[in-house]
Amino acid sequence: MTDTDTSTEVEEAEEVEVDEAREALLAELTEALGDALVEHHLIPGRDLWIRVDAGRWVDVVHALRHDLDFGYFDFLSGLDWKIAEWGRYEDTPFGGLDAEDDDSGGGGIVLPEGSGYAGGDSRFQLLLRVFSVDRGLGVTVKADLDEEHPEVPTVSSIYPGADWHERETWEMFGFNFVGHPHQVHLYLPTDFEGFPLRKDYPLLARQVKPWPGVVDVEPIPEHLEEQLEQAALEAAEGDES
Amino acid sequence: MTAVSDRDQLSYIASQAADARVNVELQAGDMTLNLGPQHPATHGTLRIAVRLDGEQVVQAEPVAGYMHRGYEKLTEVRTFPQVTTLVNRIDWLGSFANEVPFILAAEQLMDVEAPERAKWIRTILFELSRIAHLSLFLGDMGVQLGALTPVFFAFRDRERVLNQIEAATGGRFHPNFDRIGGLKDDLPAGWIAETKATMEKMRTFCDEIEDLLMGNEIFAARCRGVGVIPPDVALAYGLSGANIRGSGIDWDLRRDGDTSQLAYDQIDWQVWTHPDGDSFARFWVRLQETREATKIVDQLCDGLPGGPIMAKVPRIIKVPEGEAYVVTENPLGQMGYYVVSKGDLGPFRVKIRSASFNNISIVPWVMKGVYVPDVITILGSLYFILGDIDR
Repeated sequence: MTDTDTSTEVEEAEEVEVDEAREALLAELTEALGDALVEHHLIPGRDLWIRVDAGRWVDVVHALRHDLDFGYFDFLSGLDWKIAEWGRYEDTPFGGLDAEDDDSGGGGIVLPEGSGYAGGDSRFQLLLRVFSVDRGLGVTVKADLDEEHPEVPTVSSIYPGADWHERETWEMFGFNFVGHPHQVHLYLPTDFEGFPLRKDYPLLARQVKPWPGVVDVEPIPEHLEEQLEQAALEAAEGDES
Repeated sequence: MTAVSDRDQLSYIASQAADARVNVELQAGDMTLNLGPQHPATHGTLRIAVRLDGEQVVQAEPVAGYMHRGYEKLTEVRTFPQVTTLVNRIDWLGSFANEVPFILAAEQLMDVEAPERAKWIRTILFELSRIAHLSLFLGDMGVQLGALTPVFFAFRDRERVLNQIEAATGGRFHPNFDRIGGLKDDLPAGWIAETKATMEKMRTFCDEIEDLLMGNEIFAARCRGVGVIPPDVALAYGLSGANIRGSGIDWDLRRDGDTSQLAYDQIDWQVWTHPDGDSFARFWVRLQETREATKIVDQLCDGLPGGPIMAKVPRIIKVPEGEAYVVTENPLGQMGYYVVSKGDLGPFRVKIRSASFNNISIVPWVMKGVYVPDVITILGSLYFILGDIDR
């Protein structure tokens, strides 16, 4: 999302569709969380996103479980909004493994403009999904984390299910969960270095061995692309009648 | 012969001992027992390091990761249609059910809706996956308790369901049949009648299992009151599926989730719950669910609407920018995909929320204080697939 103020945009665009249940939930969240709630994004009939102040992460999660009746812990994970071009497709240039140390931004790494629903100012975001069985509604919570030292207090004492999810997020993204009772590797070997789900961690399989599909797939000539699309649509129409 | 000093030898032994030590530290009087990595109860390679005090478990720590394949990273270098091939292999016993939430998430982002017939066939295949999946559980639960007959029944009858899945999709285990906007193919001729006959046989299978196990004294003694999970704990750990309905929570996404994309709201069926929260309750709920699923398939086969099976989608699929989280009630529990798209051919990030990951994270809690043989029955009754934990 390039437009950080997506919330108002959507409300204007889909005025006809009003999601009363989620609007009410949002009002309740706004009241309970106060200024810890930084931004929100609501798609009527679909889902609700909120972004909260990472400095008050524990307060927010505590309020979600105990005051706002979100008893069900769905998942906790991370997002990395930095775009590392290399390794993305089989033919994208690869700047070498040391590219991330290059101050000139080598290796084709570009930073995104704004990020995702409910916005964001930083490269890393924490992603939490909780659900309320009584309401039948869930909410996705995001929080911005510092790029150099992504750190946040653990919430595994509030939602015990977060324990494993925080371990996974720690080893995959390198977010440090302060106070976690057992922050050790979950999937990867103990001496594993690097954080695989960060965007600047190259998928070596793609570098060592070219994408197997690339040898027998020829790119479609540009002038044919539109024609083929049209033909496919017509064929689909023909099937219907 | 090289001379080895005592000191060297001692340090060698110390390093070996350090290597052998698991996450659980040894204490005097305690014994550490490694369950797995290879054990029939684990459906793959999970190791559970159990610290014992006599016959009782002091601490149990599951050690996952033997099958980690990095699917979340791999999705980032695949196009959207290619991702279904990967996610098929997450929960390999209910492969088709893995594809559905991902495809639904992509459809939601693209604002595409599958035609009615495709939704119905999706639902049929979804439920067939559930029957194949859970029937194996029903037999397997007997094996955990030393009863071998149920598992042979299960393998015999599950094959019938797999045959139907194969007849429709071409793949016994990994159908890769779901497409953005619909399905790859329509059903073959005569499939409906065969499926209904199969469902009849599966109902007989459920009755057989019920006769073999439910009334069995040993089964009741080993399962009743064992591994009790209270509802609020189950929720806070994010358990789902029969594990949560076995704790008395009446919550099934087939009924309570977004019902517009699958055909569950158009037929008559019910959600089964059991108040006890023990191993027996979880088994009982799964048995009822399997039986209910055969009825669902019957009704869907009867009411299957005509029409196309594919919506109009561009030949080259580019998914517009946005985020979507779609979660469905899979055989093991809730499976969801948080898909972030940047308007590209492939997803920017996919967070795979698999049921077994949450279901197994409760093991350290639930195993505290139980006896060693119960560890196996509790693991069996929680029912997980390693691919679904490790992804």
